[in-house]
Amino acid sequence: MAVAQVLNSEWTKIKSVRSTVWTLTMAFVFTVGLGFLISLLSKDQFSKMNARELQFIDPTLTSFAGTGLGQLAMIVFGVLVVGNEYSTGMIRTSLAAVPRRGAFLFSKIGIATLLAFAVALVTSFVTFFVGQAALGRFKASIGDPGVLRAVFGGALYMTLIAVFAMGVATILRSPMLSLGILMPIFFLIAPILGGVEATRKIAQYLPDQAGTKVMQVVTPENDVAPYGPWGGFGIMVAWAALAVLCGWLVLKNRDA
Amino acid sequence: MIEVAGLSKRYGQKLAVDDLTFQVRPGIVTGFLGPNGAGKSTTMRMMLDLDRPTAGAVRIDGKRYTDLKDPLTYVGALLDAKALHGGRSAYNHLLCLAQSNGIPASRVGEVLDTVGLTAVAKKRSKGFSLGMGQRLGIAGALLGDPQILMFDEPVNGLDPEGIHWIRNLMKSLAAQGRTVFVSSHLMSEMALTADHLVVIGQGRLLADTSMADFIRTNSRSYVRLRSPQQERLRDVLHQAGITVVTAGNGTLEVDGVASEQLGELAAQHQLVLHELSPQQASLEEAFMQLTAGSVEYHAHSEPASGQGWGSTGGEN
Repeated sequence: MAVAQVLNSEWTKIKSVRSTVWTLTMAFVFTVGLGFLISLLSKDQFSKMNARELQFIDPTLTSFAGTGLGQLAMIVFGVLVVGNEYSTGMIRTSLAAVPRRGAFLFSKIGIATLLAFAVALVTSFVTFFVGQAALGRFKASIGDPGVLRAVFGGALYMTLIAVFAMGVATILRSPMLSLGILMPIFFLIAPILGGVEATRKIAQYLPDQAGTKVMQVVTPENDVAPYGPWGGFGIMVAWAALAVLCGWLVLKNRDA
Repeated sequence: MIEVAGLSKRYGQKLAVDDLTFQVRPGIVTGFLGPNGAGKSTTMRMMLDLDRPTAGAVRIDGKRYTDLKDPLTYVGALLDAKALHGGRSAYNHLLCLAQSNGIPASRVGEVLDTVGLTAVAKKRSKGFSLGMGQRLGIAGALLGDPQILMFDEPVNGLDPEGIHWIRNLMKSLAAQGRTVFVSSHLMSEMALTADHLVVIGQGRLLADTSMADFIRTNSRSYVRLRSPQQERLRDVLHQAGITVVTAGNGTLEVDGVASEQLGELAAQHQLVLHELSPQQASLEEAFMQLTAGSVEYHAHSEPASGQGWGSTGGEN
Protein backbone atom coordinates (compact mmCIF):
# COMPACT_ATOMS: atom_id res chain seq x y z
CA MET A 1 0.00 0.00 0.00
CA ALA A 2 1.47 3.24 -1.08
CA VAL A 3 1.79 5.93 1.57
CA ALA A 4 0.56 8.45 -1.01
CA GLN A 5 -2.82 6.68 -1.05
CA VAL A 6 -3.13 6.94 2.71
CA LEU A 7 -2.12 10.62 2.70
CA ASN A 8 -4.72 11.27 0.02
CA SER A 9 -7.34 9.46 2.09
CA GLU A 10 -6.48 11.39 5.25
CA TRP A 11 -6.69 14.66 3.34
CA THR A 12 -10.20 13.73 2.23
CA LYS A 13 -11.11 12.85 5.80
CA ILE A 14 -9.84 16.07 7.33
CA LYS A 15 -11.46 18.38 4.80
CA SER A 16 -14.81 16.59 4.87
CA VAL A 17 -15.75 17.32 8.50
CA ARG A 18 -16.93 20.66 9.84
CA SER A 19 -14.87 20.55 13.03
CA THR A 20 -11.73 21.17 10.96
CA VAL A 21 -13.09 24.45 9.64
CA TRP A 22 -14.43 25.78 12.90
CA THR A 23 -11.51 24.83 15.14
CA LEU A 24 -8.96 26.37 12.77
CA THR A 25 -11.13 29.45 12.27
CA MET A 26 -11.34 29.84 16.05
CA ALA A 27 -7.56 29.53 16.32
CA PHE A 28 -7.19 32.37 13.82
CA VAL A 29 -9.89 34.61 15.32
CA PHE A 30 -8.79 34.18 18.96
CA THR A 31 -5.11 34.70 18.24
CA VAL A 32 -5.53 37.72 16.00
CA GLY A 33 -8.45 39.27 17.88
CA LEU A 34 -7.11 38.97 21.40
CA GLY A 35 -3.62 39.97 20.20
CA PHE A 36 -5.09 43.12 18.69
CA LEU A 37 -7.03 44.04 21.84
CA ILE A 38 -4.08 43.49 24.15
CA SER A 39 -1.81 45.44 21.81
CA LEU A 40 -4.27 48.36 21.95
CA LEU A 41 -4.31 48.28 25.75
CA SER A 42 -0.53 47.87 25.92
CA LYS A 43 -0.02 51.00 23.83
CA ASP A 44 -1.56 53.09 26.67
CA GLN A 45 0.48 51.25 29.25
CA PHE A 46 3.72 51.68 27.30
CA SER A 47 3.14 55.41 26.93
CA LYS A 48 3.23 55.76 30.74
CA MET A 49 6.55 53.92 31.08
CA ASN A 50 9.93 55.51 31.73
CA ALA A 51 12.97 55.00 29.53
CA ARG A 52 14.39 52.14 31.63
CA GLU A 53 11.14 50.19 31.55
CA LEU A 54 10.80 50.76 27.82
CA GLN A 55 14.04 48.84 27.27
CA PHE A 56 12.20 45.68 28.16
CA ILE A 57 8.97 46.04 26.19
CA ASP A 58 8.55 43.38 23.51
CA PRO A 59 6.06 44.59 20.88
CA THR A 60 6.31 41.34 18.92
CA LEU A 61 5.51 39.16 21.91
CA THR A 62 2.77 41.60 22.95
CA SER A 63 0.99 41.13 19.62
CA PHE A 64 1.08 37.36 20.22
CA ALA A 65 -0.74 37.68 23.56
CA GLY A 66 -3.81 36.00 22.00
CA THR A 67 -1.85 32.80 21.44
CA GLY A 68 -2.80 31.60 24.92
CA LEU A 69 -6.43 31.42 23.85
CA GLY A 70 -5.84 30.55 20.21
CA GLN A 71 -3.78 27.52 21.21
CA LEU A 72 -6.85 26.05 22.93
CA ALA A 73 -8.62 25.95 19.56
CA MET A 74 -5.52 24.30 18.11
CA ILE A 75 -5.66 21.72 20.92
CA VAL A 76 -9.31 21.01 20.08
CA PHE A 77 -8.36 20.67 16.41
CA GLY A 78 -5.58 18.20 17.19
CA VAL A 79 -7.69 16.21 19.65
CA LEU A 80 -10.66 15.94 17.29
CA VAL A 81 -8.61 14.94 14.24
CA VAL A 82 -7.42 11.83 16.07
CA GLY A 83 -10.01 11.42 18.82
CA ASN A 84 -13.04 11.42 16.52
CA GLU A 85 -11.75 8.20 14.95
CA TYR A 86 -12.17 6.59 18.35
CA SER A 87 -15.36 8.28 19.55
CA THR A 88 -17.21 7.53 16.32
CA GLY A 89 -15.88 3.98 15.89
CA MET A 90 -14.41 5.01 12.52
CA ILE A 91 -11.04 3.69 13.75
CA ARG A 92 -12.08 0.09 13.06
CA THR A 93 -13.15 0.94 9.52
CA SER A 94 -9.96 2.95 9.02
CA LEU A 95 -7.65 0.22 10.29
CA ALA A 96 -9.42 -2.45 8.26
CA ALA A 97 -8.65 -0.29 5.21
CA VAL A 98 -5.11 0.54 6.35
CA PRO A 99 -3.92 -2.28 8.62
CA ARG A 100 -0.38 -0.91 8.78
CA ARG A 101 -0.97 1.20 11.83
CA GLY A 102 2.20 3.26 11.59
CA ALA A 103 1.32 4.31 8.03
CA PHE A 104 -2.19 5.19 9.18
CA LEU A 105 -1.17 7.26 12.20
CA PHE A 106 1.76 9.11 10.66
CA SER A 107 -0.22 9.93 7.52
CA LYS A 108 -3.05 11.28 9.63
CA ILE A 109 -0.78 13.33 11.87
CA GLY A 110 1.31 14.44 8.88
CA ILE A 111 -1.67 15.80 6.96
CA ALA A 112 -3.18 17.46 10.03
CA THR A 113 0.19 19.01 10.90
CA LEU A 114 0.63 20.47 7.42
CA LEU A 115 -2.86 21.96 7.52
CA ALA A 116 -2.32 23.32 11.03
CA PHE A 117 0.99 24.87 9.94
CA ALA A 118 -0.58 26.54 6.90
CA VAL A 119 -3.29 28.10 9.07
CA ALA A 120 -0.82 28.97 11.84
CA LEU A 121 1.53 30.68 9.40
CA VAL A 122 -1.21 32.94 8.09
CA THR A 123 -2.45 33.52 11.64
CA SER A 124 1.01 34.43 12.84
CA PHE A 125 1.75 37.03 10.18
CA VAL A 126 -1.70 38.59 10.39
CA THR A 127 -1.41 38.65 14.19
CA PHE A 128 1.93 40.41 14.00
CA PHE A 129 0.91 43.12 11.54
CA VAL A 130 -2.48 43.77 13.14
CA GLY A 131 -0.86 43.90 16.59
CA GLN A 132 1.90 46.24 15.46
CA ALA A 133 -0.65 48.54 13.85
CA ALA A 134 -2.44 48.74 17.21
CA LEU A 135 0.81 49.48 19.06
CA GLY A 136 1.36 52.66 17.05
CA ARG A 137 4.71 54.30 17.80
CA PHE A 138 5.88 51.36 19.93
CA LYS A 139 5.67 48.94 17.05
CA ALA A 140 8.38 46.57 15.93
CA SER A 141 9.28 46.06 12.29
CA ILE A 142 9.41 42.67 10.60
CA GLY A 143 13.00 43.51 9.60
CA ASP A 144 14.19 44.10 13.19
CA PRO A 145 16.61 41.53 14.59
CA GLY A 146 14.80 38.41 15.80
CA VAL A 147 11.33 39.54 14.74
CA LEU A 148 10.94 37.36 11.67
CA ARG A 149 12.16 34.40 13.72
CA ALA A 150 9.56 35.17 16.39
CA VAL A 151 6.70 35.48 13.90
CA PHE A 152 7.70 32.32 12.12
CA GLY A 153 8.23 30.69 15.52
CA GLY A 154 4.71 31.68 16.51
CA ALA A 155 3.40 29.60 13.61
CA LEU A 156 5.60 26.66 14.58
CA TYR A 157 4.43 26.96 18.19
CA MET A 158 0.74 26.77 17.24
CA THR A 159 1.47 23.81 14.97
CA LEU A 160 3.34 21.88 17.65
CA ILE A 161 0.58 22.46 20.18
CA ALA A 162 -1.74 20.70 17.73
CA VAL A 163 0.77 17.87 17.20
CA PHE A 164 1.13 17.42 20.97
CA ALA A 165 -2.67 17.24 21.26
CA MET A 166 -2.82 14.63 18.48
CA GLY A 167 -0.25 12.51 20.31
CA VAL A 168 -2.15 12.74 23.60
CA ALA A 169 -5.45 11.86 21.90
CA THR A 170 -3.82 8.79 20.32
CA ILE A 171 -2.61 7.69 23.74
CA LEU A 172 -5.94 8.28 25.49
CA ARG A 173 -8.18 7.20 22.57
CA SER A 174 -10.95 9.53 23.66
CA PRO A 175 -11.56 13.18 22.75
CA MET A 176 -13.39 14.01 25.99
CA LEU A 177 -10.65 12.54 28.16
CA SER A 178 -7.95 14.23 26.09
CA LEU A 179 -9.60 17.65 26.30
CA GLY A 180 -10.31 17.10 29.99
CA ILE A 181 -6.59 16.69 30.59
CA LEU A 182 -5.09 19.10 28.03
CA MET A 183 -7.36 22.08 28.69
CA PRO A 184 -6.59 22.40 32.41
CA ILE A 185 -2.88 21.83 31.75
CA PHE A 186 -2.57 24.60 29.19
CA PHE A 187 -5.15 26.96 30.55
CA LEU A 188 -4.58 26.66 34.29
CA ILE A 189 -1.78 24.48 35.56
CA ALA A 190 1.07 25.64 33.34
CA PRO A 191 0.33 29.38 33.78
CA ILE A 192 -0.09 28.98 37.55
CA LEU A 193 3.08 26.95 38.01
CA GLY A 194 4.90 29.36 35.71
CA GLY A 195 3.66 32.35 37.68
CA VAL A 196 4.84 31.16 41.07
CA GLU A 197 8.53 31.63 41.85
CA ALA A 198 8.97 28.28 43.60
CA THR A 199 7.55 26.15 40.79
CA ARG A 200 8.81 28.14 37.83
CA LYS A 201 11.99 26.07 37.56
CA ILE A 202 9.87 23.01 36.74
CA ALA A 203 7.11 24.79 34.84
CA GLN A 204 9.56 26.31 32.40
CA TYR A 205 10.07 22.87 30.92
CA LEU A 206 6.37 22.38 30.16
CA PRO A 207 5.64 22.46 26.41
CA ASP A 208 3.85 25.79 26.28
CA GLN A 209 6.13 27.59 28.73
CA ALA A 210 9.22 26.48 26.84
CA GLY A 211 7.67 26.87 23.41
CA THR A 212 6.49 30.47 23.82
CA LYS A 213 10.15 31.49 24.23
CA VAL A 214 10.46 31.29 20.44
CA MET A 215 8.09 34.26 20.13
CA GLN A 216 10.24 36.43 22.39
CA VAL A 217 12.40 39.11 20.79
CA VAL A 218 13.43 41.09 23.90
CA THR A 219 14.71 39.10 26.87
CA PRO A 220 12.74 40.15 29.94
CA GLU A 221 14.51 41.87 32.85
CA ASN A 222 14.26 39.00 35.34
CA ASP A 223 14.57 36.12 32.88
CA VAL A 224 15.76 32.89 34.49
CA ALA A 225 15.15 30.48 31.60
CA PRO A 226 18.27 28.38 30.94
CA TYR A 227 17.45 28.17 27.23
CA GLY A 228 17.14 30.57 24.30
CA PRO A 229 14.27 30.86 21.77
CA TRP A 230 15.25 27.79 19.77
CA GLY A 231 16.28 25.91 22.90
CA GLY A 232 12.80 26.42 24.33
CA PHE A 233 11.29 25.44 21.04
CA GLY A 234 13.44 22.30 21.04
CA ILE A 235 11.98 21.31 24.40
CA MET A 236 8.50 21.66 22.92
CA VAL A 237 9.47 19.56 19.89
CA ALA A 238 10.68 16.88 22.30
CA TRP A 239 7.31 16.93 24.13
CA ALA A 240 5.34 16.64 20.89
CA ALA A 241 7.61 13.87 19.59
CA LEU A 242 7.28 11.98 22.87
CA ALA A 243 3.47 12.24 22.80
CA VAL A 244 3.27 11.02 19.20
CA LEU A 245 5.74 8.20 19.88
CA CYS A 246 3.74 7.00 22.91
CA GLY A 247 0.55 7.29 20.86
CA TRP A 248 2.07 5.16 18.12
CA LEU A 249 3.13 2.49 20.64
CA VAL A 250 -0.40 2.41 22.09
CA LEU A 251 -1.99 2.15 18.64
CA LYS A 252 0.50 -0.50 17.54
CA ASN A 253 -0.02 -2.76 20.52
CA ARG A 254 -3.64 -2.39 21.55
CA ASP A 255 -6.77 -3.90 20.05
CA ALA A 256 -8.72 -1.40 18.00
CA MET B 1 -10.75 -18.60 1.38
CA ILE B 2 -10.36 -17.78 5.06
CA GLU B 3 -8.40 -20.18 7.23
CA VAL B 4 -8.66 -19.94 10.99
CA ALA B 5 -6.15 -22.08 12.88
CA GLY B 6 -6.03 -22.54 16.64
CA LEU B 7 -7.39 -19.05 17.18
CA SER B 8 -7.73 -17.93 20.80
CA LYS B 9 -8.37 -14.60 22.47
CA ARG B 10 -8.12 -13.98 26.16
CA TYR B 11 -9.41 -10.86 27.91
CA GLY B 12 -7.97 -10.99 31.41
CA GLN B 13 -9.36 -14.14 32.99
CA LYS B 14 -11.97 -14.70 30.32
CA LEU B 15 -11.28 -16.81 27.26
CA ALA B 16 -13.49 -15.16 24.65
CA VAL B 17 -12.32 -17.33 21.77
CA ASP B 18 -11.01 -20.79 22.54
CA ASP B 19 -8.85 -22.64 20.00
CA LEU B 20 -11.06 -22.16 16.95
CA THR B 21 -10.08 -23.96 13.76
CA PHE B 22 -12.22 -23.82 10.64
CA GLN B 23 -12.20 -22.73 7.01
CA VAL B 24 -14.53 -20.49 5.08
CA ARG B 25 -14.75 -21.59 1.47
CA PRO B 26 -15.59 -19.66 -1.71
CA GLY B 27 -18.79 -20.03 -3.69
CA ILE B 28 -21.11 -20.53 -0.71
CA VAL B 29 -22.59 -18.53 2.12
CA THR B 30 -21.08 -19.67 5.41
CA GLY B 31 -23.14 -18.84 8.46
CA PHE B 32 -21.29 -18.07 11.67
CA LEU B 33 -23.75 -18.86 14.39
CA GLY B 34 -23.67 -18.53 18.14
CA PRO B 35 -25.55 -16.99 21.03
CA ASN B 36 -24.79 -13.42 22.08
CA GLY B 37 -21.34 -13.21 23.63
CA ALA B 38 -20.15 -16.44 21.98
CA GLY B 39 -17.13 -14.70 20.45
CA LYS B 40 -18.37 -14.16 16.90
CA SER B 41 -17.49 -10.47 16.67
CA THR B 42 -14.15 -11.00 18.40
CA THR B 43 -13.30 -13.71 15.87
CA MET B 44 -14.27 -11.44 12.99
CA ARG B 45 -12.21 -8.57 14.40
CA MET B 46 -9.21 -10.91 14.60
CA MET B 47 -9.75 -11.87 10.96
CA LEU B 48 -9.24 -8.19 10.09
CA ASP B 49 -6.31 -7.84 12.47
CA LEU B 50 -8.19 -5.26 14.53
CA ASP B 51 -7.79 -7.44 17.62
CA ARG B 52 -4.60 -9.42 18.10
CA PRO B 53 -5.04 -13.15 18.82
CA THR B 54 -3.65 -14.54 22.06
CA ALA B 55 -2.79 -17.66 20.09
CA GLY B 56 -3.31 -19.01 16.60
CA ALA B 57 -3.64 -17.19 13.31
CA VAL B 58 -5.96 -16.24 10.48
CA ARG B 59 -4.89 -16.51 6.84
CA ILE B 60 -6.68 -14.76 4.01
CA ASP B 61 -5.84 -16.53 0.74
CA GLY B 62 -2.75 -17.78 2.53
CA LYS B 63 -1.63 -14.36 3.78
CA ARG B 64 -1.91 -12.41 7.00
CA TYR B 65 -4.44 -9.58 6.71
CA THR B 66 -1.76 -6.99 7.49
CA ASP B 67 0.33 -8.22 4.57
CA LEU B 68 -2.43 -7.77 2.00
CA LYS B 69 -1.70 -4.97 -0.43
CA ASP B 70 -4.83 -2.81 -0.56
CA PRO B 71 -6.84 -5.13 1.74
CA LEU B 72 -10.23 -3.74 0.74
CA THR B 73 -9.71 -5.33 -2.68
CA TYR B 74 -9.37 -8.75 -0.97
CA VAL B 75 -11.78 -8.53 1.94
CA GLY B 76 -14.85 -6.36 2.35
CA ALA B 77 -16.29 -6.29 5.84
CA LEU B 78 -19.30 -4.85 7.59
CA LEU B 79 -18.56 -5.25 11.27
CA ASP B 80 -20.41 -2.33 12.78
CA ALA B 81 -22.66 -0.08 10.74
CA LYS B 82 -22.02 2.75 13.19
CA ALA B 83 -18.24 2.60 12.72
CA LEU B 84 -18.05 5.86 10.80
CA HIS B 85 -17.82 9.60 11.40
CA GLY B 86 -21.39 10.87 11.41
CA GLY B 87 -20.30 14.34 10.32
CA ARG B 88 -18.96 13.08 7.02
CA SER B 89 -21.20 12.57 4.00
CA ALA B 90 -21.80 9.05 2.72
CA TYR B 91 -19.90 9.94 -0.45
CA ASN B 92 -16.86 11.30 1.38
CA HIS B 93 -16.85 8.38 3.81
CA LEU B 94 -16.58 5.95 0.91
CA LEU B 95 -14.19 8.22 -0.99
CA CYS B 96 -11.61 8.27 1.81
CA LEU B 97 -11.81 4.47 2.07
CA ALA B 98 -11.43 4.12 -1.70
CA GLN B 99 -8.44 6.45 -1.84
CA SER B 100 -6.62 4.61 0.95
CA ASN B 101 -6.71 1.43 -1.17
CA GLY B 102 -6.12 2.95 -4.59
CA ILE B 103 -9.69 2.25 -5.69
CA PRO B 104 -10.90 4.68 -8.39
CA ALA B 105 -13.33 7.35 -7.14
CA SER B 106 -15.84 6.33 -9.82
CA ARG B 107 -16.39 3.11 -7.86
CA VAL B 108 -17.93 5.15 -5.00
CA GLY B 109 -20.87 6.14 -7.17
CA GLU B 110 -21.30 2.56 -8.33
CA VAL B 111 -21.56 1.04 -4.85
CA LEU B 112 -23.82 3.86 -3.64
CA ASP B 113 -26.07 2.95 -6.55
CA THR B 114 -25.90 -0.76 -5.70
CA VAL B 115 -27.07 -0.18 -2.13
CA GLY B 116 -29.60 2.46 -3.14
CA LEU B 117 -28.09 5.46 -1.34
CA THR B 118 -27.37 7.66 -4.36
CA ALA B 119 -30.08 10.15 -3.36
CA VAL B 120 -28.50 10.77 0.05
CA ALA B 121 -24.84 10.51 -1.03
CA LYS B 122 -24.08 14.11 -0.06
CA LYS B 123 -25.94 13.93 3.26
CA ARG B 124 -24.07 13.57 6.53
CA SER B 125 -24.44 10.02 7.77
CA LYS B 126 -25.43 10.98 11.33
CA GLY B 127 -28.97 11.56 10.05
CA PHE B 128 -29.18 8.05 8.59
CA SER B 129 -31.57 5.42 9.89
CA LEU B 130 -30.17 2.10 11.06
CA GLY B 131 -31.07 0.52 7.74
CA MET B 132 -29.38 3.29 5.75
CA GLY B 133 -26.29 2.98 7.95
CA GLN B 134 -26.28 -0.75 7.29
CA ARG B 135 -26.50 -0.12 3.56
CA LEU B 136 -23.63 2.37 3.74
CA GLY B 137 -21.55 -0.22 5.62
CA ILE B 138 -22.31 -2.76 2.92
CA ALA B 139 -21.35 -0.23 0.25
CA GLY B 140 -17.99 0.07 2.02
CA ALA B 141 -17.59 -3.70 2.00
CA LEU B 142 -18.34 -3.89 -1.74
CA LEU B 143 -16.08 -0.93 -2.59
CA GLY B 144 -12.97 -2.91 -3.53
CA ASP B 145 -14.94 -5.60 -5.42
CA PRO B 146 -13.40 -8.16 -3.04
CA GLN B 147 -13.55 -11.94 -3.37
CA ILE B 148 -14.19 -12.30 0.37
CA LEU B 149 -17.07 -10.62 2.19
CA MET B 150 -17.75 -10.58 5.90
CA PHE B 151 -20.92 -9.36 7.53
CA ASP B 152 -21.47 -9.23 11.28
CA GLU B 153 -25.19 -9.47 12.10
CA PRO B 154 -26.19 -7.65 8.90
CA VAL B 155 -29.95 -7.94 9.34
CA ASN B 156 -30.04 -6.44 12.83
CA GLY B 157 -32.51 -3.61 12.97
CA LEU B 158 -33.55 -3.86 9.34
CA ASP B 159 -37.10 -3.78 8.04
CA PRO B 160 -38.41 -6.83 6.14
CA GLU B 161 -37.58 -5.26 2.78
CA GLY B 162 -34.01 -4.61 3.90
CA ILE B 163 -33.64 -8.13 5.27
CA HIS B 164 -34.87 -9.57 1.99
CA TRP B 165 -32.43 -7.40 0.08
CA ILE B 166 -29.44 -8.48 2.20
CA ARG B 167 -30.32 -12.17 1.90
CA ASN B 168 -30.46 -11.93 -1.87
CA LEU B 169 -27.28 -9.89 -1.98
CA MET B 170 -25.36 -12.51 0.02
CA LYS B 171 -26.66 -15.34 -2.11
CA SER B 172 -25.80 -13.57 -5.35
CA LEU B 173 -22.29 -12.73 -4.08
CA ALA B 174 -21.72 -16.39 -3.27
CA ALA B 175 -23.16 -17.42 -6.64
CA GLN B 176 -20.50 -15.24 -8.27
CA GLY B 177 -17.92 -17.49 -6.63
CA ARG B 178 -17.08 -15.21 -3.72
CA THR B 179 -16.48 -16.24 -0.15
CA VAL B 180 -19.33 -14.97 2.02
CA PHE B 181 -19.05 -15.20 5.80
CA VAL B 182 -22.00 -13.93 7.80
CA SER B 183 -22.64 -14.02 11.52
CA SER B 184 -25.97 -14.24 13.26
CA HIS B 185 -27.46 -15.30 16.54
CA LEU B 186 -30.66 -16.39 14.78
CA MET B 187 -30.79 -19.91 13.39
CA SER B 188 -33.94 -19.09 11.45
CA GLU B 189 -32.07 -16.38 9.58
CA MET B 190 -29.18 -18.70 8.76
CA ALA B 191 -31.54 -21.43 7.59
CA LEU B 192 -32.69 -19.08 4.85
CA THR B 193 -29.30 -17.95 3.59
CA ALA B 194 -26.41 -20.17 4.63
CA ASP B 195 -25.12 -23.24 2.81
CA HIS B 196 -22.63 -24.09 5.49
CA LEU B 197 -22.65 -23.53 9.24
CA VAL B 198 -19.95 -22.82 11.77
CA VAL B 199 -21.51 -22.84 15.23
CA ILE B 200 -19.67 -21.56 18.30
CA GLY B 201 -20.59 -21.21 21.96
CA GLN B 202 -18.45 -19.61 24.67
CA GLY B 203 -15.68 -19.27 22.13
CA ARG B 204 -15.52 -22.97 21.31
CA LEU B 205 -16.37 -24.66 18.04
CA LEU B 206 -19.61 -26.64 18.43
CA ALA B 207 -20.31 -27.58 14.83
CA ASP B 208 -18.77 -27.13 11.40
CA THR B 209 -21.18 -28.71 8.99
CA SER B 210 -23.20 -28.19 5.84
CA MET B 211 -26.67 -26.77 6.38
CA ALA B 212 -28.24 -29.91 4.87
CA ASP B 213 -26.41 -32.16 7.33
CA PHE B 214 -27.31 -29.91 10.20
CA ILE B 215 -30.99 -30.08 9.33
CA ARG B 216 -30.86 -33.86 8.86
CA THR B 217 -29.13 -34.42 12.17
CA ASN B 218 -30.93 -31.89 14.26
CA SER B 219 -34.48 -31.56 13.10
CA ARG B 220 -36.61 -33.92 15.16
CA SER B 221 -40.06 -34.89 13.92
CA TYR B 222 -42.60 -36.42 16.27
CA VAL B 223 -46.33 -36.79 16.80
CA ARG B 224 -48.17 -35.04 19.59
CA LEU B 225 -51.10 -36.84 21.20
CA ARG B 226 -53.69 -35.55 23.63
CA SER B 227 -56.41 -37.71 25.14
CA PRO B 228 -58.81 -37.59 28.12
CA GLN B 229 -57.84 -41.24 28.63
CA GLN B 230 -54.18 -40.55 28.85
CA GLU B 231 -53.26 -43.47 31.11
CA ARG B 232 -54.93 -46.06 28.89
CA LEU B 233 -53.42 -44.52 25.76
CA ARG B 234 -50.01 -44.79 27.40
CA ASP B 235 -50.52 -48.49 28.15
CA VAL B 236 -51.76 -49.25 24.63
CA LEU B 237 -48.78 -47.55 23.05
CA HIS B 238 -46.46 -49.26 25.50
CA GLN B 239 -47.87 -52.68 24.63
CA ALA B 240 -47.37 -51.90 20.93
CA GLY B 241 -43.71 -51.31 21.71
CA ILE B 242 -43.86 -47.55 21.08
CA THR B 243 -41.81 -45.21 23.29
CA VAL B 244 -43.84 -42.36 24.71
CA VAL B 245 -42.62 -39.16 26.23
CA THR B 246 -44.85 -37.13 28.54
CA ALA B 247 -44.62 -33.47 27.61
CA GLY B 248 -46.10 -30.47 29.36
CA ASN B 249 -49.83 -29.64 29.43
CA GLY B 250 -50.82 -33.33 29.56
CA THR B 251 -49.67 -34.19 26.06
CA LEU B 252 -47.76 -37.22 24.89
CA GLU B 253 -45.01 -37.19 22.25
CA VAL B 254 -44.01 -40.10 20.05
CA ASP B 255 -40.87 -40.18 17.93
CA GLY B 256 -40.49 -42.14 14.71
CA VAL B 257 -44.02 -43.47 14.30
CA ALA B 258 -46.39 -42.15 11.62
CA SER B 259 -49.51 -40.33 12.83
CA GLU B 260 -51.73 -42.64 10.72
CA GLN B 261 -50.48 -45.69 12.60
CA LEU B 262 -51.08 -44.01 15.96
CA GLY B 263 -54.60 -42.94 15.00
CA GLU B 264 -55.51 -46.44 13.88
CA LEU B 265 -54.08 -47.89 17.07
CA ALA B 266 -56.22 -45.54 19.16
CA ALA B 267 -59.31 -46.40 17.10
CA GLN B 268 -58.76 -50.13 17.59
CA HIS B 269 -58.86 -49.59 21.35
CA GLN B 270 -61.72 -47.08 21.09
CA LEU B 271 -59.77 -44.32 22.68
CA VAL B 272 -60.88 -40.69 22.36
CA LEU B 273 -58.20 -38.40 20.98
CA HIS B 274 -58.33 -34.62 21.33
CA GLU B 275 -55.18 -34.13 19.39
CA LEU B 276 -53.14 -36.10 16.91
CA SER B 277 -50.65 -33.82 15.22
CA PRO B 278 -47.32 -34.37 13.47
CA GLN B 279 -44.72 -31.87 14.76
CA GLN B 280 -41.41 -30.66 13.40
CA ALA B 281 -38.97 -29.28 15.95
CA SER B 282 -37.57 -26.07 14.54
CA LEU B 283 -33.91 -25.55 13.73
CA GLU B 284 -34.04 -22.78 16.30
CA GLU B 285 -34.75 -25.42 18.95
CA ALA B 286 -31.96 -27.63 17.61
CA PHE B 287 -29.60 -24.68 17.80
CA MET B 288 -30.73 -23.87 21.33
CA GLN B 289 -30.07 -27.44 22.40
CA LEU B 290 -26.65 -27.41 20.77
CA THR B 291 -25.65 -24.23 22.54
CA ALA B 292 -27.60 -24.82 25.75
CA GLY B 293 -24.48 -25.56 27.74
CA SER B 294 -22.65 -22.53 26.47
CA VAL B 295 -25.03 -19.61 26.58
CA GLU B 296 -23.26 -16.63 28.06
CA TYR B 297 -26.23 -14.89 29.62
CA HIS B 298 -28.94 -17.22 30.89
CA ALA B 299 -32.34 -15.84 31.73
CA HIS B 300 -33.36 -17.81 34.78
CA SER B 301 -37.01 -18.78 34.68
CA GLU B 302 -39.15 -18.78 37.80
CA PRO B 303 -39.64 -22.26 39.32
CA ALA B 304 -43.43 -22.05 38.93
CA SER B 305 -43.20 -21.65 35.16
CA GLY B 306 -40.89 -24.58 34.66
CA GLN B 307 -43.05 -26.14 31.98
CA GLY B 308 -43.20 -23.02 29.92
CA TRP B 309 -40.89 -24.24 27.15
CA GLY B 310 -43.48 -26.49 25.59
CA SER B 311 -42.72 -29.60 23.59
CA THR B 312 -38.97 -29.76 24.03
CA GLY B 313 -39.15 -29.39 27.80
CA GLY B 314 -40.49 -32.81 28.64
CA GLU B 315 -37.80 -35.22 27.55
CA ASN B 316 -37.04 -36.53 31.00
